Amino acid sequence: MNAAAIIEQPLGRLGMDSLPFWEMLQHPTEENLINGFIGGGAACVVVIGIVVVCALITFFGKWRALWSEWLTSPDHKKIGIMYVVVALVMLARAVIEAILMRLQQAVGLGGGFLAPDHFAQLFSTHGTIMIFFMAMPFLIGVINYVMPLQIGARDVSFPVLNSISLGLTAAAAMLVMVSLVIGQFSTGGWFGYPPYTETAFTPDVGPDYWIWALTLSSVGTTLTGINFAVTIYKERAPGMTLMRMPLFTWTALCTSILMIFAMPPLTVATAQLALDRYLGFHYFTNALGGNMMNFMNLFWLFGHPEVYILILPSFGIYSEVVATFSGKALFGYRSLVLATMTIAVLSFTVWVHHFFTMGQSANINAVFGIASMLIGIPTGVKIYEWMATMYRGRVRLTVPMVYAIGFILLFVLGGITGIILANPAIDYQVHNTVFLVAHFHNVAIPGVLFGLLAGYHFWFPKVFGFRLDERWGMISALCWLFGFMLAFFPLYALGLMGLPRRTVAYFNPAYQPLEIVAFLGALLIGCALLALLIQGWVSIKHRNENRVFAGDPWDGRSLEWAVSAPPPEYNFPVLPVVNDADAFAAAKEFGVAYQQPDEFVDIKLPRNSAMGPVLGGLGFVMAFGLVWHIWWLVIVCALGTLAAIIVRGFARDTVQTVPASVVKEEHGRWLDAVQHAAAISRAAECDPANEGLAEQGAAGATS
Amino acid sequence: MTSRLRQARPPYVGVAILSSTLLLLSGCAESGVYLSFLNPQGPIAAAQRWHLIEVVVLLGVFVALPIFVLLPLLVWRYRYGAKSPRYTPKWQDYLPLEVMVWAGPIAIICVLGFLVWHYTHALDPYKPIAPHGRPLQVQAIGYDWKWLFIYPDQGIATVGVLAIPVEQPVAMRLTSATVMQSLLIPALAGQIYAMGGMVTQLHLKATKPGRSLGENTMYNGNGFHHQKFTALAMPPEEFKAWVRKVRASGVALDARAYKALSQRGTVAELVAALPRASHEGNIYLTQVSAALFPAVVEATMTGTPTALGHVLVAPAGLPAPVVRKTAASSMENAP
Repeated sequence: MNAAAIIEQPLGRLGMDSLPFWEMLQHPTEENLINGFIGGGAACVVVIGIVVVCALITFFGKWRALWSEWLTSPDHKKIGIMYVVVALVMLARAVIEAILMRLQQAVGLGGGFLAPDHFAQLFSTHGTIMIFFMAMPFLIGVINYVMPLQIGARDVSFPVLNSISLGLTAAAAMLVMVSLVIGQFSTGGWFGYPPYTETAFTPDVGPDYWIWALTLSSVGTTLTGINFAVTIYKERAPGMTLMRMPLFTWTALCTSILMIFAMPPLTVATAQLALDRYLGFHYFTNALGGNMMNFMNLFWLFGHPEVYILILPSFGIYSEVVATFSGKALFGYRSLVLATMTIAVLSFTVWVHHFFTMGQSANINAVFGIASMLIGIPTGVKIYEWMATMYRGRVRLTVPMVYAIGFILLFVLGGITGIILANPAIDYQVHNTVFLVAHFHNVAIPGVLFGLLAGYHFWFPKVFGFRLDERWGMISALCWLFGFMLAFFPLYALGLMGLPRRTVAYFNPAYQPLEIVAFLGALLIGCALLALLIQGWVSIKHRNENRVFAGDPWDGRSLEWAVSAPPPEYNFPVLPVVNDADAFAAAKEFGVAYQQPDEFVDIKLPRNSAMGPVLGGLGFVMAFGLVWHIWWLVIVCALGTLAAIIVRGFARDTVQTVPASVVKEEHGRWLDAVQHAAAISRAAECDPANEGLAEQGAAGATS
Repeated sequence: MTSRLRQARPPYVGVAILSSTLLLLSGCAESGVYLSFLNPQGPIAAAQRWHLIEVVVLLGVFVALPIFVLLPLLVWRYRYGAKSPRYTPKWQDYLPLEVMVWAGPIAIICVLGFLVWHYTHALDPYKPIAPHGRPLQVQAIGYDWKWLFIYPDQGIATVGVLAIPVEQPVAMRLTSATVMQSLLIPALAGQIYAMGGMVTQLHLKATKPGRSLGENTMYNGNGFHHQKFTALAMPPEEFKAWVRKVRASGVALDARAYKALSQRGTVAELVAALPRASHEGNIYLTQVSAALFPAVVEATMTGTPTALGHVLVAPAGLPAPVVRKTAASSMENAP
């Protein structure tokens, strides 16, 4: 890293051979041509996608609006939406990759069409994206939007920090996308075990892309965790004690605590690996005192709590969905809170079950095996509590509820296979096989993704003011459910037949029939994604018939339903006072919902800040420079980041005021709409008649 | 392995049906290679299968069944629009039910915890298999993308095949000359990692002759899917004949052969590089020093992977020199 090198190689390692199609043009063998077209085609999709989006924004003249109303907005609601947009884009990419991998394996008897290296990049990006750039942004987006509304707050505690977290996450996601176009991604899987990812074995840029994408995202997520936890501790509305918080907020709190404690080990592990790769350290090398098992311990010290970071918010969503669509209070609230906390604490005590096969003593394995099973207790409790919530309720099979019921049934199976894997003596057999792949997809898809999709359907009307199309939603949900079963149940059998994960091809014909079934399942999942897209299109087209401006389309129970849909920028004209666990349900019951406050006051909101996009942009460019050893770029970006932080320190005008008169006028308009809306019974909740006002009493809920 | 484990048989009809279903899955493909522990060829895999069946039955009956019956019933009986059943929108606290929902899972986990403790110790891969006495010693070294199996007592080594006599326990020591790998022979025993500069252990035994799938399950690059071998169990006399055959027809493990071995490449590529050592697609090597394995451990640990000249046969076919006692070899011999 000396001055001469900077002058001689201003672009570092970047060269013509980093471009897609290059290998194909240089060595046009059949394999190179096929893989070149697939890889280059994907790169083209990225480039064309970006060009089209930019062209559309220019055509409609929306650059200024994009900048001032979205990118620089500190509003938790807009930040939440942007997180979910990132997640959905990345979901599309990762699902397409999954279908491609399943196709390769379906025809993989003796070879297939993908090169091993290409396949390895696919499973590495698929896993990395699904965890860090689909599930994490999705759940952070949903929490961002819903949690402040549920606790009766105006925003999160640190709105600009929130924007910076989004910037860093988006930068990391962009880095993964750029790896499609320039160079290649890691082939070391989503957990990137050394020494395989050390320079001795993988000298190319792949692991560097992986390292910096994870580093940016883990820093962003740590900040998010701090932000959410402080918000929940400090910003609750008067009267909202901890034990009156909606269960989704409880799970958001537990997830935030997990983020704060679990992300740093990942940051440390990737930083150490970076030191190994960039400066010749020996943390995880074979030789000179390195020990790869230290990486595995650090990684899973993050990785296991990460599983619960992902799944707890979904558990929270299911709790809200099951209670709302059963027309009943959540059964066993205290037990559910206790179970959530228990899971959060226990999640730090089980990481060794990711490597029972390391060669440690039977005592260690037995202790960690039993600890892993202990998590089954609070999880089982939750499932029984949800079922008890349905008992003597009135269950409406809306799209979120279909996801929730499908989740319970499938998650039981995933939990059972999890307990099977927690037996070290059995794990020795099925570890690293596709049985394991089937297990974690069985908990991650019904557990995490179905929950987030249920939340997407549940809260979409709140966010955009109109309901999603129910029919396409149901088609999508059923495709997800059956697609999942077709795609992953065969993998259990294949794993028991000794098929290792990450196998590009196999030579025993016994594997092929089940691989073909799994491919059909992947296709069905592709249809589910397509149906989701069509649903969005149809819903936007018919948005005017499905408006729910009054704000309460599902006869909701918590405070987010007590405001208009979409909510005003300041959330609540006057901060609510809470006297009950189900604050809004109680208000409706006692006839004190939709009140005109005695007086309005000016509301202070954070002013827009460019810190999020600026730090995100600089982080992205710096990471790109680090990947390609473009040192001058790294230095420039480091100085730029420092300068941005200093400049921000001089910003004094950080607050804007919404005058009381504006608040009063907007609130009056909403109350007026509420008064003119027809209260509907639950029978009409998916009809255009639903304007967002729920008929109260048993009649509204049952007939 | 205790005889109880070896002789364990599913006592119920239901279990028998389940296990035969699993057996169908495990299949013995046309090639005649046993793929799975569901069709076990040795006592460890058999015990693992029995353990799996116990856990599946226990969880199926006490966890899955109640939920799979109750949930559809609840959704149907309390469906929206149903007239007769009671509707209690505020029923959210009922202590006896709370006690039950906690007690049920706790009871199940207590039983499972006991099973975990028992089986984890009974099937510890580091535990020698009874009857004690001199098991067959095998040292496995993981290369990209093949395994080298050294028989230190016989002075031979193979790539692509692991031959073992039936009924004699096998004590395997593993290391890696490159990245982390994981050795699995499903029909015989579970897997254990092989790591550079470190030694792990695996004990297994075959009870009947046959060919079983052996593989690396930890991704290690482009040739990963080729890193398979055949675990070939044979009667003891046949094994002795096999050893003689390897001695007679293999080539000496000299520096040239070792270089070919340690290069990144599949077994097939190694066969192409060492045609004289190849037999039926496998590699037979002779004059292999018992000191090779500890020397590879030490060389990987110190970052000098090529410093193995002292344990390899000199090109002229002279016997290998006596090796100094290394730190790695003393570690490897530690109990």
